Order: sequence, then structure tokens, then C-alpha cells
Amino acid sequence: MADHMKRFRQTLGESLRERGVSRRGFLKYCTATASMMALPPTMVPAVAAALEKAKRPSVIWLSFQECTGCTESITRSHSPSLENLIFDHISLDYHHTLQVASGDAAEAAREAAMHENEGKYLVVVDGSIPLGNPGFSTIAGISNLQMMEETVAGAAAVIAVGSCAAFGGLPQANPNPTGAASVSDIVHDKPVVNVSGCPPIPTVITGVLAHFLTFGSLPELDALGRPMVFYGQSIHDRCYRRPFYDKGLFAETFDDEGARKGWCLYRLGCKGPMAYNACATTKWNQGVSWPVESGHGCLGCSEPDFWDAGGFYNALSIPDSDIIRNAGIVTAAGVALGAAAGALNRSTRAKAAAKHETVTIDDLDRKS
Amino acid sequence: MQKLQDIAVRVESKDVPLNHSNATPILHEIHHALQRLATQQETTTIDLRAIPFGPGDEEDLLNRLGTGEVQIELDSLGTSKLWETAFSGVWIIDHRNAEGERVALQIEVTRVPEIIQTHPDDVTDSLQLLDNQLNPNRTETSGLREE
Repeated sequence: MADHMKRFRQTLGESLRERGVSRRGFLKYCTATASMMALPPTMVPAVAAALEKAKRPSVIWLSFQECTGCTESITRSHSPSLENLIFDHISLDYHHTLQVASGDAAEAAREAAMHENEGKYLVVVDGSIPLGNPGFSTIAGISNLQMMEETVAGAAAVIAVGSCAAFGGLPQANPNPTGAASVSDIVHDKPVVNVSGCPPIPTVITGVLAHFLTFGSLPELDALGRPMVFYGQSIHDRCYRRPFYDKGLFAETFDDEGARKGWCLYRLGCKGPMAYNACATTKWNQGVSWPVESGHGCLGCSEPDFWDAGGFYNALSIPDSDIIRNAGIVTAAGVALGAAAGALNRSTRAKAAAKHETVTIDDLDRKS
Repeated sequence: MQKLQDIAVRVESKDVPLNHSNATPILHEIHHALQRLATQQETTTIDLRAIPFGPGDEEDLLNRLGTGEVQIELDSLGTSKLWETAFSGVWIIDHRNAEGERVALQIEVTRVPEIIQTHPDDVTDSLQLLDNQLNPNRTETSGLREE
């Protein structure tokens, strides 16, 4: 415990030096951190100066109506690794999947962290919060809503990790049987950062935490409360297949000539024009690849209501317009077309929601 | 039973691209950066993790930049490799963590990458260290005094 408190009081610079990290090592660390935060390389000296004095914030991670995919994602973080994140960037004081303690001891750790770091700690929430009945989801006999409200009360800010916490996600999908709500539906008196995605990219989660560690503040947010550095541009605008869209070259099936040549997946349902995320640059699995590079269109999982958006394989604009044909002609207007497709998708989504039919187990049995 | 040679094999089209031509714009950016280095001594760093490369683009860029006569290995928080490309003043910096996973890939247009240059505080520290080694019995340090 003494070592833990000593480390907590130390600045990051002191902690790294105590572990024998050289100045070159520190500069390398800062370079990787700036890259992870999607900051320009010119910011590395500022990051180094800030990290030298930075103290690890206490983080309480609450998991509600979720599938643990967001936690799975962060355990795949490699820059920094989860271990480095916990030792260098944050003091992860409560996370009921990762912590050793359980039961009363776990809840005591949460309460101790809240008490010792009043007004300074971060709350990370993954999963939506059921409002329909408190018994739908509980931890240690405490309803999700009660636990969030009492934990958030003394927090500096809340980070809603994953589309469930950010927008309601899959639990909120029609017909929303648990009355699932997002964090920002409930929390109105604290800053809330939405790190959406199903799951979010690991380095985007750690990048937001690193930003708070480095600068002691939250990053600039878009209209949906997402950090601009990661969600500022659409998948479509950053996609390496974008030139094919501009030329009107599309894969029509997943095994045709166009698919083999890596043409645009727009007609196969890619939601890139209306999805804002960092997949096209940050990629997944340590930068190995991402869905479009693997030959599958973007699902738009970082957007609100993506689950009810009308079918993953329905092209955004095909039912309503001949925008695709126009795309081959008006190559220079690609950005505008992308925006138009996004608007058309909202129309498609509304129609899909209106036509939505619920399916029961009996229906599935009859079909099979 | 069908024999292996009876299974139809489709020959892939020869015009499947090996890359997506995203290296060329980066080379133009490097060209501008070299001009600034030559005329104004201004250095530039390009973070390749922020570039939306498609399959083959990174390999194409590195191949077109080639390898020059200096290669450096930095052993700190994992092994980093730095090398000057065939274009003098254009360096590749490939930072890896202790598990060998890439944590940053950058192009630095400069005479010597910043991380290679010895920090002034490290010079002072090493002077002290050497002084202690040469004069093990002396309690007062002399290396830092102006004489």
C-alpha cells in the first residue's frame, strides 16, 4: 500500500526515472504518446514538459449493460499496453472484471478511491444504464443507476466508453426492453466524453485517458461529445479506397472483380460516409488492418442507433437515388456526395425504423 | 472423389494493385520539407500513423525512399531502429516497445534525428560519472568546476 501511495504521489517523470528510463527513453515515450493522442509531432516537446509533471489520476471503471467487448478492446492496447497504462498513466482503482478484489473488498476500493480523490477522479462507464427496472442489472446489489449517480457525484469527468455508454447502443436497440439510457441521458452536471465504437479502438480509449493525464483537461469534442482528434473526420474521407469511389469503381459482390481489386464497398452497405471514427488511420490489432481493408464495409458502429440503421448490407443511397451513377461523373464532388449519402441514410434509417418488425423465437422456429 | 487437380483454380487478374499510390503525396511532402531544411534549416516530422495508407502503401514508400549509409539502433523502452534513407536528410524512425510492437513510425527531415542527439543534462551527468571513476577517493566533485 505504501508503494502504491508513493507511486500515486510521484509525477510521471519521477516514476520513469526511478525505473531507470533514460532521457532518450522518455522522449521516445512522449513521441509514442503524442502519436497515440493523434497530436502533431510538433507537440512532442509540450507533451514531454506536461508528462514530466503529470500525476496519475484515479480512475473508477463501471461496467453496466455491456458485453465486456470494450474491456476486451482496452486489454489489446499496445501503445501503451494495458500494464503500462495502469502503471504509468492512471491509477485504476476499480474495474470489476480486471481487479483481483471481489465482493465487499471491491466495493470498498471504489469508495476509498472516491473519498481519497474527491473532485479529481475520472469515471469510465461502459454499457448502458437500464431505467426500466433497477433489477435488470445490479452490481453487489446496487442498481446501475444508483452506482453511477453516487460515483459520478464526486468525479472530475465521465468518459463513456463504447456505443452503449455513449448512445445506448445495442441494449437500446428497438424495442429497448430494459429502457436502456446513455450516460449523457442521465449525467448533466459533469463533463461527459463519448468514446463511441462497438468496441472503440483501444488506442482511442487510452488516447483520451492519456490526454487527461498529460494536460489535466478533456480534449475538444464534436457535437456528439466525441473527441475531435479521433472522430473529426468520416471514415469515408480518410479511406484509402476513397479514390475508387470518386472514379465510380465499386465492388458489387464480396467476390467479384471489384472486390478483388479493392474497389469501394459503398454498394455493399459500407456506412463510411456517415461514420466518424479513426479506424482508417489508427487501424486495429496494432495497426495491422481494419474492416474496410479486410474487405468488409464499415458498420458505422460509432454512430448513434447504428443497430437500427436499416441493415448492414443495404447501401446508403441505393433505395432512394442514383447518387452512385452521379459519383462516376462528378468525381471532384466526392465530399459533398458523402455528405448527401449521410443525409439520405438518415431518411433510410427512419424508414427502416418505421418498417421494423420484431422477431420472436417462435418466428425463427417456423422459418427454420 | 474429386482430385486436387480437378478443382478449378481462378488466376487472379494481373492488374490487382500492389499498392494504392498513397506514397507519392508523402514523397511530395518530403520534397517540400527538404526544401525548407536546405533553405531555412527548418526540420519536419511526419507521423505515418496518421496517414490513411492502404495495403502496400507503406512498403512502397519505404522502398522508394531506400536505405542510406547510416543505421542506428536505440535500446531504450524496447528497440527502435533509425536509418537515413537514400535521400540524405530524410530519416525513418521506427519505435518499438519491449514486446517488439510498433509504437510510432515517423519520417524526420533533419540533419540528425533529435532523439539521437545527447541531451545537455546527460552530458553533465556523464562528466560526473567519469569524474567519480577517475577519482574514486575524492569526495568533492571537480568535473563541473570551472578551473
